[in-house]
Order: sequence, then structure tokens, then C-alpha cells
Amino acid sequence: MTECNHSIQILVAGEHGLVIEFGSVIAPEINLRVQQLARLLHFESIHGIMEVIPTYRSVSIYFDPLVITRQELSRQVIHMLGRIEHQNVEDLLSSRVVHVPVCYGGVLGPDLEYVSRYTGLSPQEVIGIHTSKPYMIYMLGFIPGFPYLGGMSSEIAVPRQERPRERIPGGSVGIGGNQTGFYPIESAGEWWLVGRTPIKAFDFTSDNPFLFSVGDYLHFEEISTAEYFAIRRSVEKRTYVPEVSYL
Amino acid sequence: MSIKVLTPGLLTSIQDLGRYGYQKYGVIVSGGMDAYSLRLANLLVGNEEGEAVIEMTLMGPSLLLEEDLLLAITGGDLSPAINGQPVPQGRPVLVRKGSVLKFGALKSGCRSYLAVRGGFDIPEVMGSKSTYLRAGIGGYQGRALLQGDILPLGLACPLPFAESLVRAMGSSSFAFPPWYVGRSYVLQKSQEYRVRVIPNSQFSLFSPDSRKQFFQEPFQVTTQSDRMGYRLSGVSLQLTEPLEMISEAVALGTIQVPPDGNPIILMADRQTVGGYPKIAQVAGVDISTLAQIKPGSKIRFEEISLGEAEELYAAREADIQRINITIQLQLAGTAT
Repeated sequence: MTECNHSIQILVAGEHGLVIEFGSVIAPEINLRVQQLARLLHFESIHGIMEVIPTYRSVSIYFDPLVITRQELSRQVIHMLGRIEHQNVEDLLSSRVVHVPVCYGGVLGPDLEYVSRYTGLSPQEVIGIHTSKPYMIYMLGFIPGFPYLGGMSSEIAVPRQERPRERIPGGSVGIGGNQTGFYPIESAGEWWLVGRTPIKAFDFTSDNPFLFSVGDYLHFEEISTAEYFAIRRSVEKRTYVPEVSYL
Repeated sequence: MSIKVLTPGLLTSIQDLGRYGYQKYGVIVSGGMDAYSLRLANLLVGNEEGEAVIEMTLMGPSLLLEEDLLLAITGGDLSPAINGQPVPQGRPVLVRKGSVLKFGALKSGCRSYLAVRGGFDIPEVMGSKSTYLRAGIGGYQGRALLQGDILPLGLACPLPFAESLVRAMGSSSFAFPPWYVGRSYVLQKSQEYRVRVIPNSQFSLFSPDSRKQFFQEPFQVTTQSDRMGYRLSGVSLQLTEPLEMISEAVALGTIQVPPDGNPIILMADRQTVGGYPKIAQVAGVDISTLAQIKPGSKIRFEEISLGEAEELYAAREADIQRINITIQLQLAGTAT
């Protein structure tokens, strides 16, 4: 696995922000280093840090410079980077896989036909490829619980829509370019909608509002329309337990 | 104890200092746009500085105060009046039950803040009472205030100094002390506002012309500006060469430049991540200035160093602490 410690940069983002950049590309080994530092910062809980945000290839730290100076924070971060350099990236892999049931096509996945035509594959082949393996969550953002996933097959890649749709229903599963994922809440968006999941990735009334974290995997699984509505009722009654397995 | 919304105004919502700790899950910070005015309003009624307040925009609400209460109004001047009589900003005001607080014409600024003693008795969602409008979370039922809403108030023991106001009130519907906090940090130079910025690490990726023009030319705040961000128009800023950007975290006051070259300043309701090149970062102390700039106004960016921004921030916080101590002495009734 690539060693990326030589290209680490510590950047400034205003007087409250520090950005640790691990590379300039989207790659699993870079993202795992990001997760590694974010996790260490979480466990060490340095006084003065307000938030730590891991993204594809960098960790942003927002802090109060009156509580901890930039110099002191940088010193501690450099120390942490030294510690994680000696850890194997492989040891950090989360093995948690969240299974996301999806009803593909029809009213719930109105663009499956389009994706099928664009790729020259049958709708069932598109579904087969989309559900063939778990996807790693590189980061969450855009709207609450929205996962940026990696690893979708380029066979089912379709360029994004030129004009975003104003209202995409919560639960919609989409493909946009080389990316796939789903919209946890209603949102505008420019992805092609191939299906919908009845489960909630974000529920602010719950003690545990988020279904998954950065580093976990998502595995889409095909369900029938009848199963979609059965699960949705169970989600509404709060009796549904998401299926989780480990790699 | 409650306040009833008679008319809601243009965009009136409950905000505190924001929802921190959940950006890694994609939950935005939200919170008051002009955090300085928000803190000041709370301090003036003896609240914790981060208590929830009402933020109003350009056109304020009309509110029925259903109890005797102590309130303070700060920020932009939206001509507040109680039962038709103008009421001053920047100080605590004791108001009699049944009064109507009505905001009118915009005289200055863009956003006004109303704090009440004891705050608002609404549930915190993920550690904050701020309204996250797009996701329908927090604040009052996750949305901007509407006609007929009844906002429950928190409980707080009466302040010693309020007794003197009760005596001063006599038969009128409100009373206030002679002292006030008049400090404004809005930096206005003639027709333009000055906004200090620190160049971002991606600043050097912009063309030499764009780097120069960014500081030399004025930018107009367009009408497509809101709590998420201020979209500016002016010279079009261009990169030296096209850049494949990877989405990454963005901060309050980050200035992004999308492909059309018109910069966007990210404000309280910004998304957690963004994928446009970032030319600069607004100094923390000038965010409150920005929050009071209304669409159509012109701004001009002025470069400062990171060290200067840090010093300005420390000086501002020290200033707020001094104001706080002075207010606390007044509220305790120990000052003369």
C-alpha cells in the first residue's frame, strides 16, 4: 500500500481553521489516513478543538485560538502524524457493512430505464452490478447523512443531469458520474434515480441519529415493492432494525 | 410565559450560536448570522451569551408579548416600536404584558436580534436550538416563524435592577435604563463596506490579474444572497489553469469561486463540504459586518495576515468581555 506521509501538508483556513491534507487524489489509502487522524483527534479530545471534519483527502480542524494556539495545535497534530505513520493502514479498516434495501425501477426509481439505455445494459444487469459489492464511505456531507461512496463499477456510470432536480424524495438512490449513494432527506440534486430505500440514514429524533459513519461500508440489496412498503411501515413504527454485518 | 407571532416578517427564525460537532455527518452549523449582536442581546438581559434568540431579516415581525418581560434588541435597525412608540436598541427593556412589539422600516443593517430574559423554552436538537431551515430541524418546529406561532419562554429569576425599571415604568407600557451599548463593528467606508480577508492556500492558483482585481475592485452583494452564502458580482475571477477539485470541508467566511468567476462568501447555513477553489477567508471579526450588509450593497476586500486576523479576534473577544462585565454590574444593580 502506498505510503503517503511525504505529501502531508498543514494548511491554514482562517484564524479558526487548520487543514491537514494527505494527498491530491481520491484513493482508499489516503482516505484511511484521513480517518486515522480524525479518529485519533476524536479520542485525544484536545481542549479548544470545536470540530474535526474528515473528507476525501484532508482533515479540517476548527478550533478556538484563544484556548489553543495554532502553533500548539500544529505541534500536537504533527506528533499524532508521527504516531500514525507507524500504524498499518490495513489495521484501520472498518469492517462494518450496513445493508441498504432498495426497490429498483418503477415509480420509486424513475431513471433506471435511462441508465439502462445509456449503458446498454438491461435494467436487471444495472441492478446486478449496483448490488454486487459493498462501497466504502469516504465522507459524509452535503445534507445530513449523505454518503460519498467509492468503488462503483464504471460500467454503470452515467454523467450527471445538467439541471438539478428541485425536489428529490428522501431515500432516493442515485447514480451521478462515477458516484452512487442515496439522499437521506428530501433535497435538490442532479443524480439519476434508480431506486428508493425505505430506511432512514438520518433521524434527528433518535438517540443515534446517523445510520453510518465514515469508513463503514454500504451494501445495496434489491427488494420487491411489497418488501419496500413492509419495511417502510416497520421504519415508521420504529421497529425496523437495520441489517449490519462485518467483512 | 409566551410570545405570540402576529405577523412573521420576511425570514424570522430562532437561532443560537450554532450546532457544532455534527459537520462530519453532513449537518450544517446554522446559528445567528451576526453572532456579535446575538451575544450582546443575550448579555443585555442577563442570559448566557449563547441562548436562543429571534433573528429577523430586512422586514421584522409583529409580536404579542403575553407576559411582563425583559427584552433586548440589537443588530440592524428595523424600527422597533412597542404599542406604536419607538423603543431603543442596545439596552434591556422591561415591557408590560399584552404589549405589541412591531418592527417596521429598515433603517440600517440587515438583521436584527431579539433576546428575552430566560430565553426560549424549545428543545435542543443535537445540542442546539438553531433552526436548520432546509432540513427542518431545530428552532421552532424546524422552520421559520409563522403567524399564530406561540413561542414558550424559559424561566429566569428577576434581575435586581428590573425593580427600578418597574418604578420607572409608571403607567407606560415599557421602560429602559439610561445606559446602553452603542458599539457597532460594521466597517463602512462611504458607500462601500470593508471586509478584511486572509488569502487562502489556493489563492496562488488564481491568475495574476484576478489576484490583483480581487483587492482592487468592488463587488456587489447580489439578491441571490441568503443565510447559506453571499453571491457577489463584479470582475470575474479566473484560475491560471483549470483545476480538478476534490470536495473538502469549508468554513464560515470561506470565499469560493465557481467556474462562472463570481465569488460566493459562505455564511451560517453553508454546506459542510464544497468543491470550488477557495480564494480567501474572511477574518472572523468581519463576519458580523457581512451579516449586516444587505443585497445591492458594495464591498471591498482588504488583505490582512493570519497574525493580524488572530490579533483582531483576540481584541474583539476581550472587548466583548469588558462589555459583558459592565453590563453584569448594571444588571446586578451595583453600578451607579
